[in-house]
Parts: sequence; C-alpha cells; structure tokens
Amino acid sequence: MIGASLGAAAYERASEISAILAVANPVGDRRLARLSSRPDVVLALSGIGISFGGVKALSDVDLEVEVGEIRAVIGPNGAGKSSLINIISGLYHADRGRIAIGGQSFSRVPASRLARLGVARTFQNLALFGGLSVRNNIACGRVHTRRASFVEHIAGLPRARSEDAGIAEKTDQIVAFLHLESVADRLVATLPYGLQKRVELARALVAEPKLLLLDEPMAGMTATEKAEMAGFVRAARDRHGVTIILIEHDIGVVMGLSDRVAVLDYGRKIADGTPAEVRADPAVIRAYIGTAEGENGEDI
Amino acid sequence: MAVQALDAARLPVDWAKLVQKLALATALFVVAYGVVPAYASGYLVEAILLPFLALSLAAVGLNLLTGYCGQLSLGSSAFMAVGAFGAYNFNLRVEGLPLAVTMILAGISAAGFGVVFGLPSLRLRGFYLAVSTLAAQFFVQWALTKFGWFSNDNPSGVISAPHLAVAGLSLDSATGRYLLSVTTVMVLTALVWRLVNSATGRNFIAVRDNETAARVIGVPVLRTKLLAFAISSFIIGIAGVLWAFTYLRTVEPAGFNLDRSFQILFIIIIGGLASIRGAFWVRRSSLSSRSFCPGSAHSCSAACSIRAFST
Repeated sequence: MIGASLGAAAYERASEISAILAVANPVGDRRLARLSSRPDVVLALSGIGISFGGVKALSDVDLEVEVGEIRAVIGPNGAGKSSLINIISGLYHADRGRIAIGGQSFSRVPASRLARLGVARTFQNLALFGGLSVRNNIACGRVHTRRASFVEHIAGLPRARSEDAGIAEKTDQIVAFLHLESVADRLVATLPYGLQKRVELARALVAEPKLLLLDEPMAGMTATEKAEMAGFVRAARDRHGVTIILIEHDIGVVMGLSDRVAVLDYGRKIADGTPAEVRADPAVIRAYIGTAEGENGEDI
Repeated sequence: MAVQALDAARLPVDWAKLVQKLALATALFVVAYGVVPAYASGYLVEAILLPFLALSLAAVGLNLLTGYCGQLSLGSSAFMAVGAFGAYNFNLRVEGLPLAVTMILAGISAAGFGVVFGLPSLRLRGFYLAVSTLAAQFFVQWALTKFGWFSNDNPSGVISAPHLAVAGLSLDSATGRYLLSVTTVMVLTALVWRLVNSATGRNFIAVRDNETAARVIGVPVLRTKLLAFAISSFIIGIAGVLWAFTYLRTVEPAGFNLDRSFQILFIIIIGGLASIRGAFWVRRSSLSSRSFCPGSAHSCSAACSIRAFST
C-alpha cells in the first residue's frame, strides 16, 4: 500500500518534470543528471532509442525507478520490453539516450561491470550453467565479490577458504529463502522448468543487488507456480529491500504485484503510472485489445 | 535456523565412501610405486606405460580447456613441442638447472605460447576457434624446423634427452624415467582436480555453459578464457617434456604433428569431456589396441570401438 502511494506520488512528480521540460536532447541530459543525483532514484533512462536494421525497437523511452519499488514493464509481443532490459544490462547498446545507474551515467552500460554496479538479472529463456549443481549455480552469483587467484584456490590459502565459506553461507541463506533445500545438490539441468526459473532468481538474489531485472520470471508457468513466484518476488523486495524491474506478459500478476507500471507499444512508452491508472488508460486498452478485433491474443 | 539445520544435515561424513576412497588411493600408490617398478617388464614400461602417462597428462590438460572451459583446440601437439624444445633449451643453456625447474620453465613457455594463441578465443567460437588454433600447430612446426637455434643447430632438427637426475639421483633407467613420469602426472592431475573443483573451475564451466550469463553475473570472461589456455598449455607443455625426455628420448619437430593433436582430442572426447578419469581410461584402451593395428589413426579408431563395446 505504502509502495503504491509512494509510486503514485513519484509518477506525478515525473509527469510534472516531463511536462516542464522539452524533449530535446540537452534538456533530457540535464533531466537525467538531476534524476541520477537524487538518492531515491536507482535507475533513470532518458531518451533511449535502438533500431535493428530498419526496425525501431525502442524510441525515446524515459523511465525512472525509485528505491524499493516493483516497477513493471508490460506490452504486447515485440513492444521492446526485452530490448529495454538488455540495454539496461549492457547486452545491447542503445543508439540514442543515456542510462543512469545509482548516480553513474552511461551511454553504454558495461555488462562486465554490471554486478559491481549492483544490478543483477534473470533471462527470459533460462541462462543457467547446466553442468553445475543448484548450489554452485547460485554461488556463481557472488563471483564478482571474489578476489582470490586460482593459485590461492588450488593451494587452499586462507583468503580463498574464507571467500568460499562466506559465499557458501550466503548461498545457504538464499537456498532456504527460496525453498530449494531438497534439490540443492542436484545438477541444475535435471530440474523441471519452474524450479530452474527459481534457481535463476536465487542466483540473481545472492549477489545482493540494489536493482534486480526480471525478464518474464513467470513465463510458461502454471497458475500455482506463478502465485508462488510472485510471492518470492514480493518477499525479495520486502525482506532484502531490492528494487525490482519486472517484465511480464500476465497482466493479472503484474497488477497485483507492482507499484508502478510502464506500458510499451511498438517501442514507445504509451502509459506510466499506478496499476489502476494504467488499467483505465485508453491507449493501453487500445494497444492490448486492439480497437475491436482483439487479435493480439494476450491474456488480460 | 534453516541454515544451521542444513549444515547439520551435511555434516555426517559418509564413512563407507571415505574408506573406499582411501583404499583406492592406497592401492594406486602401491601399484604405481611398488608393483610396477618391481615387476613390470622393460617392454611394458618403455612401450606402454611411458607414452600412456605422457599422453594422459596431455589429455588432462586439453580437457581443462575443451571439456571444462568449452574452447576447442587443435594445437595440443604444438604446445607439447614448445614444452619439449623449451625444456631441451633451458637444460642446454642454463648450467646446473634442476630438472624440476627446467620442467616448470618449459611449462611456463608453453603457457605463454598458449595465451598468445588463445587470444582469438576472445572473438571466435567452436570450429572457427579450432581452425585458428591450427595456426599454432603449423607455426610451431615451421619455426622449430626453420630456426636451427631451437635444436642446437642439429642438421635434422632432432633433439636428444639430456641426462635426467633429481637431487643427484640418476633417472635415466627405464624405471627411473617411469618414476619421474608417474610422479609428475600424479602431482599435476591432483592439482587439476583441485582446480576444477574450485571457484576458478566453476568459472570455466560457467563460461562454457552460458557465456552471456557468465559475463552479466561478473565472471571475468576474457581473463577466464586466457587462464584456461595458460593452465592447459602449461600442463600439455610438461606432457611434451615427458614425451620427449622419458618416452622417445630423441624427437624431431615433425613428431609433434596434427595427428598427435587429433589423438589427444579424441582421447578426451571418447573418455568424456570434463572428466579427468576419462583421459586415463581411453589412453589405456587405445594403447592396448595398438599392438593389433599400428599407427595413431588406427589406434584411435580402435579405441572408439573398444569404448563402444565396453559400454
């Protein structure tokens, strides 16, 4: 509740800002500078655009995410949701626009430094390490905190051992938090899909990120699994205080889970606000249901 | 408290397994250092065990790179050649260098060489990387033949093994060479075993299984790949020293040709990628088949069929 009202206030502030400022780029940069200097803004995107060949996947998208909120990004297939996540995590490089993460501004986010910037993510199609056990997959999520060299590891020197012990403890905590105890020592490739999704969430959470990007964490799940996963996502925010960007098709889940929702359609942001505001937005209804035919086939 | 419960559940040691492991290790030591030196015939040691040990070690090295880190390489025999010729030259040109130091320096030369030829792996994958490692294969053979310095200006580019001794103890006899070989292989295999079960080994597997995810969670992908090339080449280089000094005693650059690289690659494919034990099993079966059909290509195909029958 608090999150939702906080989100609404932030939405008003954001629309004030965009109303006052023109769209031109230098102004956008100034807006980004101001937003990124605010301690309560974890992530700010300004004028993001990217094209693949002749297809504009995203154009002129602004987005800011405040500390501790669950920020959903929804939209029909091909709206540019995954492109947005890939730009934030540095796998794609935007043609235009800037990204501010925790006060640092980038035109291209360096993917290899992402974990140290305090950002973790999951992938739409599973991206686990099939040859490792569940526990070792999760432990990999803290690899950015390791300092010991391979020689120290082979020789079992104190620094390597204390790192291992620290990471094992964090891993055990996350394993318990996501109820993965019974499968912790199994090879991850042998697990059913729903559990693999949960292991991926665990691998992202163990890094203790400030910002967590979830790319369709509930895709392909049964209703029960979805409810369970939604519970984990909410608990991650409530207990670990992590800010979350959530991409999801299932609007029912999104509306119940998120504090603010941004809607993309054909690469443009067509609405941004609380779930209630977005649900009532005529542009959103048009994008999702079509004018009359409803041929998108999205489940609303 | 859930965490404590978990730790408690993991604590009880599986005694049966531990005893079994200890018994296996003891048996291995007794056979390696007692039974074989005492009872094995000269033929068994010189023609079977010495090449078995050298090529198994090379396979362990290549497995680290290809099996664990997922980087396909066809340059193994070039790295063996760098190790062998490196050791020969260190021994020749530095007065009184202990054998262990010579071998380590030879391994380091091979490692440096491996890093250079591993650089394309930062851009290339799979077959394309394999083709680029072929460059190492042809470059080394060419350089060792072209520049007489490497073989101390021997007209046919042949090098001969120096007198082998550790702490004044001569190891030139068949048994001595066997002991040198088996000790080196055991020590290095144990170190590799520790490595693949450490965080570094898990980084290798992460890069192999999903490079993008590995990069995003903070695995230093470039450094990990080059490290895999370095360590793998180090081990293959030392395998080359064993091949040249303990088994053949005189080698020429042409002995380290593409056939040998393929042989090592097939050993790890048949023995199981990312399996240290496999390197030894296949090498053994390919050797036992050699008496029936000479020639490395034949021994490999025979190893395939033996493997197929046994499974």
